[in-house]
Order: sequence, then structure tokens, then C-alpha cells
Amino acid sequence: MLRNLPRSPRRGAAREIEEQVLMSLTFREFVTALHGLILGAGFLLAFTGGFAALWGYRSEWLTNDGAKAALRKTMLSTWTMATLAWATVLIGTYVLYPWYRAQPPGIMSSLQLQGYSRSYLLSNVRTAGWHQFGMEWKEHVAWLAPILATTVAFVVTRQRHQLLYNAHLRRVLLFLFAISFFCAAVAGFLGAFINKAAPLR
Amino acid sequence: MTVENQAGNTPDGGSWAAVLAAGIGCAAIGVLTDLSEASKSFSSALSFSRPVGDLSGKTTLGIVCWLLAWGFLHLRWRRRDLAAPGRIAALAIVFILVALIAVFPPFFELFSGD
Repeated sequence: MLRNLPRSPRRGAAREIEEQVLMSLTFREFVTALHGLILGAGFLLAFTGGFAALWGYRSEWLTNDGAKAALRKTMLSTWTMATLAWATVLIGTYVLYPWYRAQPPGIMSSLQLQGYSRSYLLSNVRTAGWHQFGMEWKEHVAWLAPILATTVAFVVTRQRHQLLYNAHLRRVLLFLFAISFFCAAVAGFLGAFINKAAPLR
Repeated sequence: MTVENQAGNTPDGGSWAAVLAAGIGCAAIGVLTDLSEASKSFSSALSFSRPVGDLSGKTTLGIVCWLLAWGFLHLRWRRRDLAAPGRIAALAIVFILVALIAVFPPFFELFSGD
């Protein structure tokens, strides 16, 4: 069996190093993952829970106890969503975006440009669209999500009892909620692909 | 089984103020995006943070518009029920749709000042 074979010290050391670096992330990669995977995935989960809870928050469907539980769920989901949306756009704009748009110090080869995502994407006609369309849309549309999510959370909290009976207000909130999700989904989807084309390292 | 109305009868004006203000804030970000695309000097003026560029100004001013609109409308409407909330909702939705169109690159590139 392979494990019984004698192993040279050099091969063993190389394997040890390989094992050590297998799951390493640079600081930029970690922040990118925090922004997209952890906060973004949390936002999607909160949306799913919040939308379902708000959809079902109507007097004709709920008992008193059911309404109390649904209200708790709706408030928790909407405030979580709003908080995650703010954290995501603030980290994206003020931490990741400056790294993305950093200017290279001079003329560089395509390989050297890989540390400068925006310039790297723009240097090739086949990837320029990821910046000109993808990043340009993402960086703006993402900012609508926290505004709308905060509004939904505020109204749910303020009108928590009347919302059970006010179908019109509930429909408007569901619309705002869905648009907030749409904005975040566009930003997340484009962000994932841009990071694939020109990873921040 | 029916649900008892536990309403403390909070007037709905404050909620509609928040909804309309959200529309105004979103539209402000959209309009600022188009204006900064149309004018290089305006874009430079919006570069509140050099590493972030004009995105910092567009979003900061958009948020300020949203909060000011929210505060103003809230103070005016918080103690009353609105007679025509449907109009407020429609207006807010129009503002949000304007914002979605205004931040779409093929649209704002029409204003490109290059």
C-alpha cells in the first residue's frame, strides 16, 4: 500500500507545505468571500424567510398565536436583511472597490495586470464588458437594496398590528422587498462572475 | 378562528412617508449616476473619497436625499392616516422604476460626456 512505502524527507516536506497552503486565503480573498458568500448568502436566506413570513402575515390565515410568531419572524428577517444589505454594500464600496479599481503604476503585461482587476478586464476586448457593463451596473444597483430593505423593516415594525389587515400596504412592502432582492441578486450574480474573470488577490 | 385586532391604531402616514422617501432616495442615486456620466466636472466633484471615486459621492448624496426626504415626510404625516395611499404607493413605485432604469449602463451611457 502507498502509505507503507518509504517516503523521502524532501517529498514529505513538500507534501506538508502543500497541506498547509491548501486552504489559505489572502486578506483580499477573505474579505471578498465575506462580502459575497457570507453576507450575500445571509441576505438571500433572510429574504426567503422574510418574504414567506410577510406573505403569510394576514388576519384571515392566522390565529392570535400564529400572528405573534409570524410577526417575530417577519421583523427578525427584515431587520437581518437590512443589516446585511448595509454591511455588504459598505464593505463592497469602501473596502473591495478601491482594490478593484487601483491603477497600475505603469505599463504592464497582461500577467502583471492581474493584480489590478479593473485594468486587467479593460485591457482585453473580450473581458472589457465585465467592467463596462457588469461592474458599472453592479456598483450602482446594489445601493438600492439596503434603502428598500430598511424601509420594509421599518414599516413592518411600525405597522406591526395593522399590517395584518392592510392588504394594500402589505402588497407594496412585498414589492419593495422583491425589488430589493432583485438588486442584490443582480449585484451578487455579476460580482461572482467578475471575481471569476479577474479575482481580487 | 379569527384574529383579534390588537391595533394600537398607529396612523399609517409614517409608513407611507418611509415608502415614498425610499423611492426618492433610489431615484436620487439614479439621477446622480446619470449626471455624473454626463459631466466630467460633476463626476470629479462627487469623488468624496479618492480610492472609491465618484461612486462615493453619488451614494452619499443619494442616502442624504433619502434621509432628508424621510425626515421631512415623517414629520408631516406621522400623526395621520393618508387619504390616498394608493397615489403615494404609485409615486414611490415610479421613482423606483426610474432608479432601476437610470442605473442601467446602456441607459446612462446615452448621457456619456466623452
